[in-house]
Amino acid sequence: MTNATIVGPRDYLQAQMRWRWGEIAFWLATLLPFIVTPNYLLLASQVAIAALFVLSLDLILGFAGIVSLGHAAYFGIGAYTAGLISKWGEPLTGLLIAALAAGVFGYLTSFIVARFRHLPLIMITLGIGLLLQEAANSASWLTGGFDGLQGIRTWPIAGRFRFDLYGYTAYGYALAALFVIFLGARRLIHSPFGLALRGIRDNSQRMRAIGASTHSHIRTIYTIAAMIAGIAGAILAQSTETVSLEVLGFQRSADVLVMLILGGTGQLYGGLLGAIVYMVARDQFSGLNPQYWYFWIGLLLIAVVVVLPNGLLGGLALLKRRSKAAS
Amino acid sequence: MNESALAARGINKRFGSLVVAADVDLTLPPGARYALIGPNGAGKTTLINLMTGMLRPDNGQILLGGEDVTALAPEDRVRRGLARTYQINSLFPHLTALESVTLAVCERRRVAQTWWRRLIAYRDEIDEAHQILGALMLDAVCHRPARELAYGQQRLLEIALALASRPKVLLLDEPAAGVPRDESNELFAAIAGLSRDITVLFIEHDMELVFRFAARVIVMVGGSILLEGTPAEIAADPQVRAVYLGKAPRGLRNG
Repeated sequence: MTNATIVGPRDYLQAQMRWRWGEIAFWLATLLPFIVTPNYLLLASQVAIAALFVLSLDLILGFAGIVSLGHAAYFGIGAYTAGLISKWGEPLTGLLIAALAAGVFGYLTSFIVARFRHLPLIMITLGIGLLLQEAANSASWLTGGFDGLQGIRTWPIAGRFRFDLYGYTAYGYALAALFVIFLGARRLIHSPFGLALRGIRDNSQRMRAIGASTHSHIRTIYTIAAMIAGIAGAILAQSTETVSLEVLGFQRSADVLVMLILGGTGQLYGGLLGAIVYMVARDQFSGLNPQYWYFWIGLLLIAVVVVLPNGLLGGLALLKRRSKAAS
Repeated sequence: MNESALAARGINKRFGSLVVAADVDLTLPPGARYALIGPNGAGKTTLINLMTGMLRPDNGQILLGGEDVTALAPEDRVRRGLARTYQINSLFPHLTALESVTLAVCERRRVAQTWWRRLIAYRDEIDEAHQILGALMLDAVCHRPARELAYGQQRLLEIALALASRPKVLLLDEPAAGVPRDESNELFAAIAGLSRDITVLFIEHDMELVFRFAARVIVMVGGSILLEGTPAEIAADPQVRAVYLGKAPRGLRNG
């Protein structure tokens, strides 16, 4: 009898998906802004929205290997949908409708996306993003075009929590959505489907040779990711009560990719970390001119990719292992 | 001829002016242990690609258990019981051996689309994967990522992945490629020990292994089948000796 059979094949897998102390500490720390930095709650809400958006990209890029340069398309659909219907009802319902709208568009586009990989895929997603932005621009009767969507009025959440100037509600709302969706994403990556996605990322040709329908897997995860991106966009629209063409822009698609790569792909927390670092740094550097800010981001991006292939989170894990080995 | 596990009927395939399969007819009866031999460039791997659907033939038919599967995608043929391995390892480098095989079992049982249940809830699937790995002596290393396994173990994992789809027909493309001699004997012993319900066709360059483990041998040259017969017939055939055996002792031939 070998060791492995005594331990049992399932125990190791079980250990892989157990909640770690670091994770619990992370989520407790997300509550700190309420107490420690109440003046920065609006920024915190922006970080939480960005984190949710990055999470959706991580699901397709980090886990299934689908590179996208047009992910803002789904974010933007969510934002416009939530903005357009804000007057008529309660925000949580608005969130679901926005998710549905983004999901429908995600599902439709997934049929093209599933058929390509690598450079063609980047071009296709880029094309989808550009196409949608121009469509929104020309449909100004609906979207307000270049001037942005007018007259958004977000109802109090569940009829009780009004969006305040300080961002208590905005951050609480965004954080709650992020946490709930994170739980779902965490469950997903530890499911048989999550394993299949990792299989596609590693070797999609071999997936076909074990009888997997990779296209159908990709369509599913792409639709799920589109819905999550739509929810992130919807929260932005509801909490800021503004939606402009920028929500669909190439810049947003590029930013979210940068955040994910900075933090580290395929680790769920990497994207969250990347969103925090990116958004906080941008806020701190906002006194400087914007070009200057992107200079530093460019430098940081190159440094991370060269030195830390698994991003900042991978770097942290490396430090932890080193210090363990040293002690 | 009616009863065949896998059959090719008049398969032709060309890439531009290069003919890689010319009127290939081939029948594997159920439970067969056949070897496919021939010099490099004879079209052996191409034939496997054609039969498994990785390539589409220009014309001709592929029959799996009597059913025409010529128009089916590779994954649909796998689901009907046609599995293969690769000459060059084609594994999931970052997945552990157990995860890899569990994935293949989940795909076969059609539960790989389930995203709301945890993988560890699928006890039967995991146990079955572990059992497959155990039968190939990989259970001790089942929690290592595939890329960290020894080369010989990676070759075995290739076979484990194919077995996880519960194939009726298994096509092995040089299963012992690059494996040292003593280990390749073990590897073929594992193949010989497979259930007789599985029909096996393997490509192999080592004639000793071919003659030991194959009941019949198919010789391919230049995209067509030159001859089929028992190992003794093949060894005695002057044509085969001329194109294949005669030129290199033990049949190891390069270029």
